[in-house]
Amino acid sequence: MKLQSAGQIALVVAACAYLLSVYLMSSPVWIGFTINALIVAIIALSWNITGGFGGMSSFGHAALYGTGAYASAILQVQFGVNAWIAFGFGIIAGAAMGGFIGALAFRYGLKGSYFALVTLAFAEVLRICASSFAITGGGSGLQLRLDPGVGTLQFPDRTVFYTILLVVVALVMLLTLLIKKSRFGAYLVAIRENEDAARALGIDTYKIKVQAMVISGAFGGLAGALYLQLFLFIDSTVVYGSAVSIEALIGPIIGGAGTVWGPLIGTLGLHLLSEGAKHLLPNAPGLNFVLYAIVLICAVRLLPRGLMGLAALFGTFNSRKDDDHA
Amino acid sequence: MSSLILPAVLSGLMMGAVYALIALGLTLIYGVLHIINFAHGSLLMLALFAVYFLNFYLGIDPYLAIPIVLPVFFALGYALQRGLISPMSSGSEQNVLLITLALSMIIDNLALYFWTSNTRSVDIPYAYDTVEILGAFLPLGRVIAFGAALAAAPLLWLFMAHTRTGSAIRAVAIEKRGAELVGIDVNHTYAVCFGIGTACVALAACLLLPTFYVTPQVGYTFVLVAFTTVVLGGMGSLLGALIAGLLLGVIESLCGLFLGESLGQIGIFVAFILILLFKPSGLLGKVGR
Repeated sequence: MKLQSAGQIALVVAACAYLLSVYLMSSPVWIGFTINALIVAIIALSWNITGGFGGMSSFGHAALYGTGAYASAILQVQFGVNAWIAFGFGIIAGAAMGGFIGALAFRYGLKGSYFALVTLAFAEVLRICASSFAITGGGSGLQLRLDPGVGTLQFPDRTVFYTILLVVVALVMLLTLLIKKSRFGAYLVAIRENEDAARALGIDTYKIKVQAMVISGAFGGLAGALYLQLFLFIDSTVVYGSAVSIEALIGPIIGGAGTVWGPLIGTLGLHLLSEGAKHLLPNAPGLNFVLYAIVLICAVRLLPRGLMGLAALFGTFNSRKDDDHA
Repeated sequence: MSSLILPAVLSGLMMGAVYALIALGLTLIYGVLHIINFAHGSLLMLALFAVYFLNFYLGIDPYLAIPIVLPVFFALGYALQRGLISPMSSGSEQNVLLITLALSMIIDNLALYFWTSNTRSVDIPYAYDTVEILGAFLPLGRVIAFGAALAAAPLLWLFMAHTRTGSAIRAVAIEKRGAELVGIDVNHTYAVCFGIGTACVALAACLLLPTFYVTPQVGYTFVLVAFTTVVLGGMGSLLGALIAGLLLGVIESLCGLFLGESLGQIGIFVAFILILLFKPSGLLGKVGR
């Protein structure tokens, strides 16, 4: 990723500085808060693959997140499977769900608002199913047995978990970068810009879009499985609820959809903002979503390319003039 | 079991008429503005609260609240389209989705903040009256809602077919530039259309509340059902929305009967996914997407 301007470099440096400074603060509140933000950042990076690069805006990424979390939880709680294996299956289940939704939706050529609505409906069907059947624990959800250790993937020490998350986020961003630089990534962007033209050039658009959903699903499942290992408890609203889907799309849109750093920066920015608001208005649950919504409206109107697009305008290096935002 | 099917179908039809009324507003907005209004359910929730508070503080019967709530919500819809959605979205389809999503987040969470998540319902003398139809006992409020919703649909159609405003709306829907050239104020017409769509929701709220409840989360359930109804009926088709609403009411009721109450809505969403996948143009739609 070639960052193109001093503004973008400043933004990235600020984000990294913040993430490292969390170690120095050694405050459990800040670490807990940043851990939450990082898990959301992974689902945002998942949305970014399909919504950012491919231009397929999903309104139901909770379907992938929840499937990863539930697959891992069911294997561990109901079948006593080892946490590492269950974790891996969580990622696979997310990928499979992504491929399934993508294959069905794209076979019939759904795009734009229709794709948004069908993903939303999938998440809702899964939410109702998860709250209705015995294997998912029904309305009371699933609880992992507390058993700290590397073998069970449970790390009560928040600093350890935070480090693991940082590594995972870095890996997901590295994969995003590789995708962006690859032929596959170029095909995805071509589909976003003009699908008919992409098909006319011989790109198998259906295959590419489904593959993108599989990758996005794997990232989404990963985020869900991580959430489970952190909180050891899930229920249908927490992992399949619309709040997850909203958080998945809002971070990349604010930070810059279709960029490597945008989803992380957008998510961190939003979470810091809502944390700040929490201090101003302590007893106001839900108001962070009002704040998100206002920021979203402003971003849609004023920042069509998100924070990364905005930062690209400051201190541009004049050696490169193409429009390839990092 | 079979003796339960007829009452279930009838009560499904009653609920379906209200779904149809909510979907009429949504499909009208889609048919003319070509936008999906994500905040439709939140506006319904807001209207339910308006009717509830009119009853709670002023003792106004939900049905008598119609002449008050309808114009207010028409004006609200008009103002939202003209003042927020249109200027903020710069005409892109995805932007409209995001703006209306943001709008619904604002309305829902402010409602949660100010009115808490308590479930409220109105206290009216005829709440438990029932009517016997074909051997099935149905709540009076549901029967009234059924009749009123079915009456509203042809009224809306007459308005669209025979008034100058209706003609202008249809003209803008078919050919925006052409309508502009013959002197129709397109932005005004769009906003009027959005206002009518919102007024449909207000009417639905007045009809729903006597036999339903209101919480800040109630809109989300309805908005998904309304999307399904609109897609099943064929985006933009008024008659389609009416038929689809009734059909979905019956599907929900039968699924609730056979699979258990909590899974009733599964039938609706499975229907939604199946329609989107196999016939995205809907029952009466001509063009997909």
